Amino acid sequence: MDLANNEAATSTATKTKGIAEYLKSHLREYGLLFALIAVMAFFQIVTDGTLLRAVNVTNLLLQNSYIIIMALGMLIVIVSGNIDLSVGSVMGFIGALAAVMIVNYDQSVILTILVCLVAGGIIGAAQGYWVAYWRIPSFIVTLAGMLVFRGLSLWLLEGQSVGPFPKEFQILATGYVPDIFPAGIGVFFAEMFDARRVNTLALFTGFAAAGLVVWLSLRQRSQNKAYGIEDEPASFFWGRTLIIAAALIFILFKLSQFRGMPNVLITMGVLTVIYAFITETTTIGRRVYALGGNQKAAKLSGIKTERLTFLAFTNMGVLAAAAGLVFAARLNTATPKAGFALELDVIAAVFIGGASMSGGVGTIIGAVVGAFLMGVLNNGMSIMGIGIDYQQMIKGLVLLAAVIFDVYNKNKSA
Amino acid sequence: MTGFSAWSGPRTAKSKDKIMNPILEMRRITKTFPGVKALDNVNLTVQEGEIHAICGENGAGKSTLMKVLSGVYPTGTYEGEIVYQGKTADFRNIRDTEDRGIIIIHQELALVPQLSIAENIFLGNERASRGVIDWRKTNRSTEELLAKVGLIEPPTTKVDSIGVGKQQLVEIAKALSKNVKLLILDEPTAALQENDSRKLLDLMLELKAQGVTCIIISHKLNEVRYVADRVTVIRDGMTVASLEAGDALSEDEIVRHMVGRDMTHRFPEHKRTPGNTLFEVKDWNVWHPEHTERQVIKNAAMTVRAGEVVGIAGVMGAGRTELAMSIFGKSYGRNISGTATLRGEPIDVSTVDRAISAGLAYVTEDRKSLGLILDETIRFNTTLSNLDEVSTGGILNHNEETKVAERYREALAIRTPSVFQKAMNLSGGNQQKVVLAKWLFTQPDVLILDEPTRGIDVGAKYEIYTIINDLATQGKGVVMISSEMPELLGMCDRIYVMNEGELVGELSAAEANQERIMSLIVNE
Ligand SMILES: Nc1ncnc2c1ncn2[C@@H]1O[C@H](COP(=O)(O)OP(=O)(O)OP(=O)(O)O)[C@@H](O)[C@H]1O
Ligand SMILES: [Mg+2]
Repeated sequence: MDLANNEAATSTATKTKGIAEYLKSHLREYGLLFALIAVMAFFQIVTDGTLLRAVNVTNLLLQNSYIIIMALGMLIVIVSGNIDLSVGSVMGFIGALAAVMIVNYDQSVILTILVCLVAGGIIGAAQGYWVAYWRIPSFIVTLAGMLVFRGLSLWLLEGQSVGPFPKEFQILATGYVPDIFPAGIGVFFAEMFDARRVNTLALFTGFAAAGLVVWLSLRQRSQNKAYGIEDEPASFFWGRTLIIAAALIFILFKLSQFRGMPNVLITMGVLTVIYAFITETTTIGRRVYALGGNQKAAKLSGIKTERLTFLAFTNMGVLAAAAGLVFAARLNTATPKAGFALELDVIAAVFIGGASMSGGVGTIIGAVVGAFLMGVLNNGMSIMGIGIDYQQMIKGLVLLAAVIFDVYNKNKSA
Repeated sequence: MTGFSAWSGPRTAKSKDKIMNPILEMRRITKTFPGVKALDNVNLTVQEGEIHAICGENGAGKSTLMKVLSGVYPTGTYEGEIVYQGKTADFRNIRDTEDRGIIIIHQELALVPQLSIAENIFLGNERASRGVIDWRKTNRSTEELLAKVGLIEPPTTKVDSIGVGKQQLVEIAKALSKNVKLLILDEPTAALQENDSRKLLDLMLELKAQGVTCIIISHKLNEVRYVADRVTVIRDGMTVASLEAGDALSEDEIVRHMVGRDMTHRFPEHKRTPGNTLFEVKDWNVWHPEHTERQVIKNAAMTVRAGEVVGIAGVMGAGRTELAMSIFGKSYGRNISGTATLRGEPIDVSTVDRAISAGLAYVTEDRKSLGLILDETIRFNTTLSNLDEVSTGGILNHNEETKVAERYREALAIRTPSVFQKAMNLSGGNQQKVVLAKWLFTQPDVLILDEPTRGIDVGAKYEIYTIINDLATQGKGVVMISSEMPELLGMCDRIYVMNEGELVGELSAAEANQERIMSLIVNE
């Protein structure tokens, strides 16, 4: 009797100890998720529910789309052990290029988009060339690039704003995916949820995405088990997976009540999945981590480190161009100031997402969540009417806190 | 000449008649890392004024024990008790222990290469008044300290321009500057040549005469016998023996405690019948990457036959690593000229990946900075040089990777709870095995090993020798660069001797012995 009691006590003791230990070693990932939830809850309350209104959720996604698109490329650049300070300027320059081509020279939208993406790639390649093959520190090269492309957009736009864009171009950022389901279903759901309207496609996409997340997580978990990797306590696993699934359903449910899924959401979602896949399961992704983790060892392992660095910057250029197009389309005009200081938001998002300044560490998902965290902060504070001065200070402190948290964790576990 | 035989016979003054007076007692120390119990109730008693050796296999917990002692792992992160100079000690950090005279010199040296000897010695402890460094005083004190450790170098010499042996002496000088009472040396001689090792050990004996207590970790048992008064053996995180050193204590006995069984041979039996010439380098010339007028390798020519193990002997700085690295994808030097052929066909070795696909592999001497991605897992590191094998169309097959990593973990007996452990968290010797696994997985025709058993315990050495023999049996060529002559003599079919960038001699296994090799090195 006594013995049994004792045994039960020790077994729960070891169990809680296991959970505590697990939490300790994964504080970073959970911390980020919790921080995002906490920040959202906070603003939801102080803005009297404005934050999560359908319109605002849509807005939040649109406002952050170009940051997230660039964060994907920046994550790779930072993991490779470099940095790109020029992305804000490049983004602005590409927007200007698009405006001049379409508005001033009447070029077709398709051609313009193609030219812009290629131009972005060339810009990235040009900077990557100096970094990779001449070993000039990326900080310097891209600092120069930041000035050069800021100047170039001013020159290209002759200091003026150029716009507006034709409808086909605006669709890039402000278009929505049409509902493919019969209107009747939408009406049915609208009655059910007591909403004005419901976009059935968006709703179903939410469930599908949530289901996919659960399925993938379960698969990963069973694989981990098979190979005896320390597995997450069941409570954590389900907690985390269900929160993410619920969040996806929630977001798309909100979107479905406004105008459905914005085109950029699809672009963003697809790009995120592609880049997560590249970084996690391709040889090229693997090599980037090796390069950032230890360049000399990577080189001696037969990895073409120069070419990888070059590619990382080229890729960043293309994504900056994509972001520039989305941004210009959203504002419906190109201004010389477009993208000003945006590189800092992008870099901050990546670091908040857990990447390391010295390279070799960081995840796509982390960067995206980091970008959302910054986005919610921006958006929430704007709704509250907090001045830009305080906004900047608070964002700066959040970045510092995230990095301190990282370093503290690392020191403790060592 | 310091032959291997000269090591035998401990020269230590016996401390039997001294009164036993422990300076340090570590009691029931237990330290766990996630998934690993690195130390399990370890006890260690060190007498004042003795040299105490700690032996054990790779991953036994030696370094961890010393990190507990020196405050790297502060009180509260481990269980057990430390009594130092009669008082229970709760060290919170390295400063605490240094204030009490405990100084540790880690397995990896911690000098700043760009700074001078003097700057390094007084780093964080500057001779200064009101924040302004007093260079006269700094340099004078440095000279005194260098004289004590027997190093003749100007204090302003940059640390990266002196060899590892001298760097060790600088570390010791640094320890002396801090008024050391208990000096801990974690594998101080692993990277040293025999005569440098000898100097260092003699310095330890001298310090002992001055009343400094020393703890030394080493896998070189001849050295242990040479300096130590007592030997504590740790196995799997537990103390298994504490032995009085002396004539009665043989290396074999230490080994028996370390591995838990008798080990009669240090080298596995081998019978090799080398075939035709497999790999050949001719007219190989290399110039220094920065001092472009300096020729580092001069007209080197070398052959390796199928199924043959070829050694390269030489002192540090002879150019052995430079030769290997310049062959392996021109990873060292500039203006490299010469031809490399495999089975008579010229091969392209101009970049590392070409050299790998041509069938070469090179296991670096410096595993931490050149061999591993420390932040990544064993699995990541194992497959890194041959990702094509575990991927289709550029997409990795994680399951396959895990299988490969598991296979090599077993084959090389890498001690770790799982292949998902970060390389950083492995003990030094096990890190070396991971590097070896990475290159074995590329299935090379010619494997160049640069100091493959540095910092590796006797049991694991035997395993690595066995692997080398297996490769030779499969008809591959093995080139072995080593500073441990017994190893070359015990393993190689042929030994090249290198000196100042030239291959100055070639000896067959039958002709080779320690004296002959030394005379080739010295004569040039
Ligand atoms: N920070 C860490 N995290 C996890 N495991 C660790 C860590 N440090 C050491 N270990 C593990 O603890 C065990 C003891 O390691 P330690 O470095 O003390 O070995 P060692 O006896 O010094 O070996 P070697 O002779 O190879 O240097 C090993 O299994 C190692 O993998
Ligand atoms: Mg060690």
